[in-house]
Amino acid sequence: MIGNDLLGIEDLEREDIQRILDTAVHMAEVSEREVKKVPTLRGRTIVNLFFESSTRTRASFEIAGKRLSADVVNFSPATSSLKKAESILDTARTLDAMDPDCVVVRHAVAGVPKRIAEVLDAPVVNAGDGAHEHPTQALLDLFTVQQEKGRLDGLSIAIVGDILHSRVARSNIYGFTKMGAEVRVAAPPPMIPPSIESLGVKASSSLREALDGADVVMALRIQSERLAGSYIPSIREYANTFGIDRAKLAYAKDDAIVMHPGPVNRGVELSHDLTDDRPSVILDQVRNGVAVRMAVLYLLTGRRPRAVAAPDEGGLVT
Amino acid sequence: MSRILILGGRLLDPASARDETADLLLEGGCIAAAGSDLDSRGAEVIDAAGCWVAPGFVDLHTHLREPGQEHKEDIASGGRSAVAGGFTSLACMANTEPVNDDPATTDYIIDRARQESPARVYPIAAATKGLKGEIMTEMSALMAAGAVAFSDDGKTIMDSGLMRRILEYSRLVEVPVVVHCEDRMLVLDGVVNEGPVSTKLGLPGNPAAAEEVHVSRDVRLAELTGAHLHVAHVSTAGAVKTIREARERGVSITAEATPHHLTLTDAAALDYDTNTKVAPPLRSAADVEACRRGLVDGTIDCVATDHAPHAVHEKDQEYTAAPPGLIGFETAVPVVLDLVRRDEISPLELIRRFSTNPAHIIQRPGGSLADGEPGDVVVIDPNRRWTYDPAKGYSKSRNSPWAGLEMIGRTVATLVEGRLVYHVDRGVLVP
Repeated sequence: MIGNDLLGIEDLEREDIQRILDTAVHMAEVSEREVKKVPTLRGRTIVNLFFESSTRTRASFEIAGKRLSADVVNFSPATSSLKKAESILDTARTLDAMDPDCVVVRHAVAGVPKRIAEVLDAPVVNAGDGAHEHPTQALLDLFTVQQEKGRLDGLSIAIVGDILHSRVARSNIYGFTKMGAEVRVAAPPPMIPPSIESLGVKASSSLREALDGADVVMALRIQSERLAGSYIPSIREYANTFGIDRAKLAYAKDDAIVMHPGPVNRGVELSHDLTDDRPSVILDQVRNGVAVRMAVLYLLTGRRPRAVAAPDEGGLVT
Repeated sequence: MSRILILGGRLLDPASARDETADLLLEGGCIAAAGSDLDSRGAEVIDAAGCWVAPGFVDLHTHLREPGQEHKEDIASGGRSAVAGGFTSLACMANTEPVNDDPATTDYIIDRARQESPARVYPIAAATKGLKGEIMTEMSALMAAGAVAFSDDGKTIMDSGLMRRILEYSRLVEVPVVVHCEDRMLVLDGVVNEGPVSTKLGLPGNPAAAEEVHVSRDVRLAELTGAHLHVAHVSTAGAVKTIREARERGVSITAEATPHHLTLTDAAALDYDTNTKVAPPLRSAADVEACRRGLVDGTIDCVATDHAPHAVHEKDQEYTAAPPGLIGFETAVPVVLDLVRRDEISPLELIRRFSTNPAHIIQRPGGSLADGEPGDVVVIDPNRRWTYDPAKGYSKSRNSPWAGLEMIGRTVATLVEGRLVYHVDRGVLVP
């Protein structure tokens, strides 16, 4: 089973991933009920410690925690680089003194969740650190593909876009390859990190080559304000060469699905119609994100011994 | 003046190529005699059986942080840490507050060192005012005050035209210009070596080419001007190659490598320990190998620590926010002895790179055990095992990637000007 923390997919075994995905199936059922709530984590405190702002991921973790009846506290320290009020580790120690049962950490710099986990007693879930990992995103992507294709083993996954700066790409590379899929990445050459093939993927600057025969096409978000002019000439040129529309999607298998971690820059990474309609499964990814995060919170937090026995332990009804 | 007899050690004197078991007598602040059955009446005896006895080490690259950043280190604590590592002379970089860019600051450092430091301290003055890379400093006046070299160190001078003029002007004073070679436009926000490790960590990469491009530029400028260029902390295979070729062409160039670039790879950063963050970054295994070969074949003249203390709270930050640098005095000997243990270099040649060569580069005494030379001597037990704990060291800071590790080899005694200033069993003894 997974350890005390969920810091990255790199640390997980195939069995750990399968366990989380299986648990998420049950969690998805909770979200389909009229009363979308179980008492599993009643009396537990989950802190969303978001040094980097993120409306979507934070909301997903908050909803996941609340559907399990946990008390969810959102904590967003000011992170101005000009005025540092407190070091990250001091923030972590301060939180630890309040005895949380789980801390969900997002930070713009790689490695921060790991450093915090070294200090904290409570389990830490990495909700995205720099260009390192975003494990729950990969888990929800795996879950979605499993749902769509009925399997992960033997599939071909094409990840397209800014691999260099993408934690989603790294976590998905680890996740899909561990589950037996083949992963290719495609991007303009400045966006392909050095030695990316050491992670067990095939890299290409040809979109056609990467998409050829793919079962899944995953487009990554382009941070236009940061990249245009330095890593790529312009957003327009990127959209023309690596933006996915129905014509380019034809390189992939006929039944290929299209994924995106969101938010989509419409007309850049994906054409407008492909953003909304099949074969894109973007909103399924978002929906599944809640179930997968419920599974992670449950597996990390639900089975930890309480300091004091609860009066009536609420079990997960499945 | 006291007499000290160092008894029964293996004398390693690169200046005379002497490598034999003998006693060494110090008197009147100088080396008095070497041999056996020396007249040692009234002398304090240091037992050196099983140890190496060598000229005191000269470190060309240190940050003593005084004036201005005494919470990290000061001349007293830095000097004490240095002698505990076997260093008897230190050249200190100019990035203090204020910057050492005028004779008054140079004077201050030398004055403080005379009062507070058991090791000799030689200031390296800034090459440009305020390390801003705009206006060159008054080299003659700084030389007269005691500066031994000029450098903007980590504030790499990107203006090639200005760099040319600085090198030209340095011929007036005939001292080295020390360069930290990293093209800032190529480094950008890079904090770890660009390669498989940066990809895995998701941290911004700093390519080897950033150093190599800049070494190439400065080699060409040294060739153009005839000045003495000293390349600090060489870290890449390409830089070693460029320096080797330049030396073969007869360019006036010397170079140093640090204990960390000679022994640690970028894989040390895999757990995000900010004590592995250093500029230039730890590189690939092939780069480490090339630096070791460069040190052995003489392309790289000397070992320098780039001792760079930072307070715990400064290192306890995000990897990108933590300042680069690590402390190195007290670990240099056991770390670099790895090259001797692996038979890559002889003890005598290693000592040459710790003492004789660096003393020669800054044209200061030391690096010799000949009669009448200054009594700067180090006694090393190459086999002594110990566990390094920075909290028990003499530096004010603790930023070491070797913390908690088992070490083989240790400085047993250090003498400066014929006085015992450190003994492993008694600690730092003066001032």
